[in-house]
Amino acid sequence: MGKIIVMTSGKGGVGKTTSSAAFATGLALRGFKTVVIDFDVGLRNLDLVMGCERRVVFDFINVINGEAKLHQALIKDKRVDNLFILPTSQTRDKDALTKDGVERILADLEKDFDYIVCDSPAGIERGALMALYFADHAVIVTNPEVSSVRDSDRILGVLNAKSRRAEQGLEPVTQRLLLTRYDPERVERGEMLKVDDVLEILAIPLLGVVPESQAVLRASNIGMPVILDEKSNAGLAYMDAVSRFLGEDVEHRFVKPEKKGLFGRFLRRSA
Amino acid sequence: MSSAGQVAERDAPFQLRGNSFTMMVLKVGDPASPNFFSLLGSKVRQAPNFFRHAPVVLDFDDLPEGAEFDLAGFIARVREQHLLPIGFVGGPRAVQDAALAGGLVPMPSGRPARIEAARPQAAASGAVAQPVVVEVHRPALVVTEPVRSGQQIYAEKADLIITASVSHGAEVLADGNIHVYGALRGRALAGISGDNAARIFCQSLEAEVVSIAGLYRVSEDIDAAFLKKPVQIRLSDGFLHVAPL
Repeated sequence: MGKIIVMTSGKGGVGKTTSSAAFATGLALRGFKTVVIDFDVGLRNLDLVMGCERRVVFDFINVINGEAKLHQALIKDKRVDNLFILPTSQTRDKDALTKDGVERILADLEKDFDYIVCDSPAGIERGALMALYFADHAVIVTNPEVSSVRDSDRILGVLNAKSRRAEQGLEPVTQRLLLTRYDPERVERGEMLKVDDVLEILAIPLLGVVPESQAVLRASNIGMPVILDEKSNAGLAYMDAVSRFLGEDVEHRFVKPEKKGLFGRFLRRSA
Repeated sequence: MSSAGQVAERDAPFQLRGNSFTMMVLKVGDPASPNFFSLLGSKVRQAPNFFRHAPVVLDFDDLPEGAEFDLAGFIARVREQHLLPIGFVGGPRAVQDAALAGGLVPMPSGRPARIEAARPQAAASGAVAQPVVVEVHRPALVVTEPVRSGQQIYAEKADLIITASVSHGAEVLADGNIHVYGALRGRALAGISGDNAARIFCQSLEAEVVSIAGLYRVSEDIDAAFLKKPVQIRLSDGFLHVAPL
């Protein structure tokens, strides 16, 4: 039986889709058969970040409505074995996500895949609720600023109250924090919340800290999950996070400003 | 309740509300003992201000079966000690009847031994089946998980104890006291049914709003010296007082 992971945040623009793409790719790179599903009906982005937007024929909603078979809608990634994408519809809205339909498809996928990564839309309405309802694990994507932290807190409350595991009194959904767009230098200047500040408020284990990086936008623009950019700090941070998710003990990096001499500063400026 | 209903109630010449009070229980073991009132008197003299006109509930559970007992005389002598008997629990039928006749109220009790009095058999006898307005003590509501933004927790007719933090945007309410053994960052409203004696205790005061019995203070109005400190908040002289713990 596969495990269902939801990438959620409450707030928009914090990096859910980037993280979903990277995380799913990371799990596949580690040898797990993985599918990543776009729950953001009407604002279809995951296929762009995964670089498969020109191969979409059928989508998640078509399968829910019985207009296509699941295997017709699944897109196999060309770069990484074991990795599949289930894109969503751009023309429909969140009402198309019926609980029965989502349950049916996830149940089918669970038989065939090790991990099912659900890329949640922002908000706490239907789309986000459907993305988290069936989850076994939740990765809370948060930026180091107060509004993002507060929205993450809100979504943690929703997970505790409205997920299937909560409703049926099963073991709770595991909750871990992925702190993205972290800029240690701005943190040092007091312009951003520290890792510890965020952890104190949210009180959940830390899965990883992904540093603010030009590589993320660059990768996104060419339709490549940033985790495949092995030279970038962001890519390495995602790989670490995947390792920790799989139970490995990996030290956190990119949390402190890089120690640089004068020479280093010049180098960095030109980079 | 509709706002029209609230207005109507405010205009009414009286207000009928439920409330709970803490009272002393005088457990009557051997009222015939010659030392009974001298010992009671010396107890009262230890804290005269505390005991003066204090309402007490007489507990007849330990009365010996069939003992001769002049209840009216007993109540009068208790009153001489400046204690005011207002109710009773337990005891033989004859004593209960005498207590009812003497104007004492049959009190409900949370203790299993005395719940017997509320069983149909006893109720049918008519001795203790009077409607009762005094509320039973309820155990505190204990919350061990963080209270997240957007969540609301209400401890009805009880205290609320939270062993984790209360987030910004969360709201915790209680008819009794509120204890937060983490940071209090959201809203805390104690004594919401009008208990002026309710208090709020927290390990780190970072609250958006605190309120006791309807009186509130927003975080802007709280002295910055108390910020992130362990404090208690209570109501006195119509004012919310914040004091370090």
